[in-house]
Amino acid sequence: MAAPSLPRRTSIRFNRRQITLWSIAFCTFFLTAIVLSNWFMGDTGLDPALTQRNQPPSLTHPFGTDWLGRDMLTRSLHGMSLSVRIGLLAASFSAVIGTGLGLAAGTLGGKVDAVITWIIDVFFSLPHLVLLIMIAFAVGGGTKGVIIAVALTHWTSLARIIRAETLQVNSSDYVQLSHKLGRSPFWIARHHMLPHVTPQLLVGLILLFPHAILHEAALSFIGIGLSPHTPAIGIILAESMRNLSTGYWWVGVLPGLLLLLAVKAFDTLGENVRALIDPKTSQG
Amino acid sequence: MLVGEQLAFRYPRHDWILRDFEIAIAPGEVVGLFGPSGFGKTTLSKLLAGYLTPTQGRVIVDNSPLPDRGCCPVQLIFQNPELTVNPRWRIGKILAEKQMPDRFLLDALGIHPGWLDRYPHELSGGELQRIAVARVLNPATRYLIADEMTAMLDANTQALIWRMVLDYARSQNLGLLVVSHEAALIKRVCDRAIDLVQVSALI
Amino acid sequence: MLSVQNLGITFTMYDRGLTQKQLTVITQLDLDVKAGEVVAIVGASGSGKSLLAHAILGILPDNAKVSGKIFFKGELLTPQRSSNLRGKSIALIPQSIGYLDPLMQVGRQVQRTAQLSGLSQSAAKAAVARTFDRYGLAPIVQRLYPFQLSGGMARRVLVSTAVVSQAELVIADEPTPGLHPDVVKETLNHLRELASEGKGVILITHDIEAALQIADRVAVFYAGTTIEIAHAQDFPSGKIRHPYTQALWRSLPQNEFIPISGSQPSPDALPEGCLFSDRCPWVTPECLLDRPPFLQVRGAPVRCIHAGR
Repeated sequence: MAAPSLPRRTSIRFNRRQITLWSIAFCTFFLTAIVLSNWFMGDTGLDPALTQRNQPPSLTHPFGTDWLGRDMLTRSLHGMSLSVRIGLLAASFSAVIGTGLGLAAGTLGGKVDAVITWIIDVFFSLPHLVLLIMIAFAVGGGTKGVIIAVALTHWTSLARIIRAETLQVNSSDYVQLSHKLGRSPFWIARHHMLPHVTPQLLVGLILLFPHAILHEAALSFIGIGLSPHTPAIGIILAESMRNLSTGYWWVGVLPGLLLLLAVKAFDTLGENVRALIDPKTSQG
Repeated sequence: MLVGEQLAFRYPRHDWILRDFEIAIAPGEVVGLFGPSGFGKTTLSKLLAGYLTPTQGRVIVDNSPLPDRGCCPVQLIFQNPELTVNPRWRIGKILAEKQMPDRFLLDALGIHPGWLDRYPHELSGGELQRIAVARVLNPATRYLIADEMTAMLDANTQALIWRMVLDYARSQNLGLLVVSHEAALIKRVCDRAIDLVQVSALI
Repeated sequence: MLSVQNLGITFTMYDRGLTQKQLTVITQLDLDVKAGEVVAIVGASGSGKSLLAHAILGILPDNAKVSGKIFFKGELLTPQRSSNLRGKSIALIPQSIGYLDPLMQVGRQVQRTAQLSGLSQSAAKAAVARTFDRYGLAPIVQRLYPFQLSGGMARRVLVSTAVVSQAELVIADEPTPGLHPDVVKETLNHLRELASEGKGVILITHDIEAALQIADRVAVFYAGTTIEIAHAQDFPSGKIRHPYTQALWRSLPQNEFIPISGSQPSPDALPEGCLFSDRCPWVTPECLLDRPPFLQVRGAPVRCIHAGR
């Protein structure tokens, strides 16, 4: 007698894993499109066209135009692309610092761990935004300033998580056995720790991007970040402030919405990747 | 000889788990350590294998102290195989951690070649324990401590693993310490046995 | 009291990538338990013992699909009914102290179990006091936390959780590993007592000797199906029928300590025909054709076409 069979459901509805994978694919596509929009749209929309000033959203200008007649959609996409790229760079540096320090604290223990934990605690106790502004200012502002400031302030949560994971693996029976079988600490870090830590690292990294992007936007908004001539999202939003009271709402709201969507896309991407990787949620 | 001299152990600010314990295992000998849980069997196993440092006393292997690094001649087989393998590694990698055991050994333990590609969570407790055993049977191992090695397994798998381990120990002249709470097993397998209940009653 | 008929449990899991695969972990499982009897379920890890308990209690994970029928006291046990009866008429004695809340005193936890089964607060308190007394636990024990209990005390508290609920069917999941022989005897005796009070007791274990100390009948599980339901005295008298059961008995250290080679097939690689055919000393070509049905041989059901020997 054969085993009981289930009705065929996979061909009729998407199962949860497929939904998760489609979400990941969609978000990745959306974000890649933003980043690459530079190359596709060209620079024409960025030139002032004084005859078309302050036009509300229409078919030719889906995001309207600003007070110089520049197409807001092109400006927003350029700005978003730039912000995302800067955010990615800063977040990646941050992740590398965080992982390195976390692994070191977990594997080497003792004084090294104590020092690193102390540094993490100091960073956590300082007001986040103030620190960001101070570092950006001290390094001279500009693009370089933004990247360095964000990189140096965002590694702490990741470092804590990685340190905790490393400590946990370190005290497990199989790592102790590995020592007893003669394996060196480097071998253990490479073969036991790293695979364990990589999923957390990936998720942490993805979720770091929106944070970095928003901070870049904030710094540019208050004038310490990118120079006002670069069409970064923060700059666009800063400029739009002046125009809101005159009723030209699209100059601020629409780029803001794009920023929101991009950040949300990163967030969704990160959460879905985590759901996929975490063994508790990855089955059924 | 694997010798434990005046071994005493306790966690800081806690009660003594072991005091003044002496034990000696000769190569080729099968010694039993009998007692229920809570009498320090696992602590003793870990001390002899170097997983814990004695608070007092010392462990000597073949006239030198237990090595700190490099392959230890005393290997411990734990009770719960699920905790002693890296859940992210494939079985093949787990087996080869020190050195891949030869085909003959794997067959004797009933380890299927097909298992090598699988992950630990895909195998049952009995299958994983066979792998845990195979993993530590390499030429550098001179003494084996089996800490409740088959307590979680059914009678058939238990007999299978023990037969194989005893054969291997005999052929390689290994010293074997069998830690268990099952009197029948100890009687069947060991040359002599230490009863921890009686020993601790003397303290 | 309990009747399990042709139970099948299949899990839907994600294979590598996007596809889902079905893993049939239990097939053709038949079992019955009468009031006042102790039925032991014996089998290797992975044979489906705990899953059966979960199915009866209605606590299978979401991706499990159940076929076949379970009857409790004559009525069909649906997931709805399971959840109503759980903790009231059907109780579980969990495997370890880890199943209790480490942050709550044990007296309170046992009292909560009693209240959840329908007793009022005062009745529950009284029940806890009475049960603890019955098992020789001093009143002070009620105020201890799980980690403060010794092995034996912990066992008795776990048994109390089932007893206070006045359940009629008690399932004990692996109650004996690692315990002092005296505590093992005591725990098993408590279970025997429960049966003599008219309850049905299911003892899940991989330890045959423990099972034989108190069981009336022993159901042997292999690869997700019942292969024999023998009477306890069949074992020492050598009347056990299925080749696997015989192999298990023979491999005990106090018997011949001779194993049979191979291992239990995994759910995604079940053999065609009899599940034991790849390791069986009596295998013939007919064994490979179809799963053997339950046959009555010398007064007990057995799933083997050669069991008449």
